Amino acid sequence: MSRIPENLRYSDTHEWVEDLGNGRFRIGITDHAQELLGDVVYVEGPEPGRIVVAGEPCGVLESVKAASDLFSPLSGQVIEQNAEVAGNPQWLNEDPYGKGWIFVVETGAEAWNRLLDSAAYLALAGQ
Amino acid sequence: MTGGALQETSLHGWHLAHGARMAAFAGWEMPLHYGSALTEHAAVRQDAGLFDVSHMMVLDLEGPDARRLLRLALANDVARLDGRPGKALYTTLLQEDGGILDDLMVYALDGNRYRLVLNASQSAEDQVHLRHLAEVRGWEAGFRPRTDWGILACQGPGACARFSGLLGMPDLDVLPRFTGMAAGPGLFIARTGYTGEDGVEILGFSEKLLPLADALLSSGVQPAGLAARDSLRLEAGLKLYGQDMDSGDTPDRSALSATVDLNDPGREFLGRETVLWERQQGIAWKLVGLVLEEGIPRHGYPVLSACGELLGTVTSGLFSPSLRRGIALARVVAGYGPGARVQVSIRGQAHRAMVVNPPFWRNGQAQAFYPQEQGQ
Repeated sequence: MSRIPENLRYSDTHEWVEDLGNGRFRIGITDHAQELLGDVVYVEGPEPGRIVVAGEPCGVLESVKAASDLFSPLSGQVIEQNAEVAGNPQWLNEDPYGKGWIFVVETGAEAWNRLLDSAAYLALAGQ
Repeated sequence: MTGGALQETSLHGWHLAHGARMAAFAGWEMPLHYGSALTEHAAVRQDAGLFDVSHMMVLDLEGPDARRLLRLALANDVARLDGRPGKALYTTLLQEDGGILDDLMVYALDGNRYRLVLNASQSAEDQVHLRHLAEVRGWEAGFRPRTDWGILACQGPGACARFSGLLGMPDLDVLPRFTGMAAGPGLFIARTGYTGEDGVEILGFSEKLLPLADALLSSGVQPAGLAARDSLRLEAGLKLYGQDMDSGDTPDRSALSATVDLNDPGREFLGRETVLWERQQGIAWKLVGLVLEEGIPRHGYPVLSACGELLGTVTSGLFSPSLRRGIALARVVAGYGPGARVQVSIRGQAHRAMVVNPPFWRNGQAQAFYPQEQGQ
C-alpha cells in the first residue's frame, strides 16, 4: 500500500506538492507513481528560471525499460532544483516525499486550493 | 497491442500473490516486475531468477513430412538435428520475400517429431503459414499446439544447481547446453534461455508448473518480470521480434545471419533467393550495438553520424543495469562498424555513442565500453 501524507496536496498526474509558504511549493512524484514506474534510473527536472505550466510536461523520468514525462502540477517559475537527485535517481523510489523531491515552484498562493487533498488523491490512486 | 481482454497465464494469481506489477504484452497480462527490475536483473546475473514465459506457444509437429516441412519453412536447417534428439536449434522463419515472420527455437524429439517455441505475437500467423505450406504440397504433418502448456525460465549461474536440487528433477549436469529432455509425462526441460546466462527452460502442463515455481522460490530463486528479461536479453545482444526485426527485415539486416544455413545447395527454403540476392548486392542496412556516453536510448530514437546526418534508428534501447549506462541495438546504413563514433538523438538532443559488436555483457564481464572507460 503506497503512502499518501495528509499534509501534502496532489495532482491527477501523480505529483505531490508541499506548501513552503510565501507562494513557494516543493514538488516530487508520489509513492504510487514511483511504484508504477519501477526503478528510476534517470531524472531530468526543470532548470531554475524556467516557466512551467500545470498539466504540461516539464522533465523526464526514466526507468530501465521506459521513459515517462514529468508533469508540473502547478504553473509558475522554477526557483530551485534538487541537484543531488540527478546523481541519485533511486531516491525517487526510496524516499519519494523526502530526499527524492525534484523542484520548487514560485506562484500565487491560491494555486494550492486547486490541487487534490490526500483523500481525493487516495480515491484517484484507486486504493 | 489490440484491444479486448488480455489473456492470463496459469501463474497469474501466483504473480499477484508475489507482488507483481502487471503489464500488457502481446495480448497477455504479464508480470513487468515484482518491485524492482534492477534487483531482479542482478539476481539473474549473480545467482538465479524465475520468469513465467507462458505467453509463448509450444507447437509440436509430427508425421512423415514434418522434417521436410521444417526444412522448407525455416532458414536454419533441421537436418542439423538428425539423430540428436533433444538438440535445440535457433532459427528464423522467413516469408517467400525473405522478411522475418518469427524467430524461434526448435527442439528435435524422438520419432521424427519436433517441438517449436513461438513468439506470442506471431504464433497464430506462424501456424496458418506452416499449415498452408504443408497443405498445398499435400504433405502429412500433424500440428499439436500445446495450449494447455506453459513455460518457466529459471536463469542465472546458480539456476541449474537450484533446479537440480528440486525433488524429482534430473541432474542438469548431464544435460549439455542447448539441449532438452523429457522429465516425466507432459514435462520437458531444456538448457536454453534468453538472458545470456546458463539456465533451464521448463515446458509442460500448466498444473505442473505452479508447484515448480513455488519450489524454486523456496530454494532462493528470485521471481523476475519482463522488464528484467528485456534488460538481460539486450545486454546479451539477443533480438526481440517486433522490435529489432519484423516482416520487413531480412536476417542479414537483423544481425541474424547465423540463423541462415546455406550448406545444402539443394535445400530450397523460403526466403533463400532474397538472402542470396541481398548478399550479392551487398547489405544496405545492418543491426549494430551502441554504447552511449550518457543518456538512455529508446526504440525509435534517430541515430546520427558525428556530423549529424541521419543513419538509422534505435530498435531496442534501455539503461543497462550491468554497464550502468545506455545501450541499444540500432539499424543503421552499412559501413558503421565497431569503433565508429555516432550520435543518438534523445528528445532532440544529440548524445555521443560508439558502435560495438554485441553482446554488451557476457560471463560476468562487460564486453563493450565507452572509450574513456577503457583500461580503468
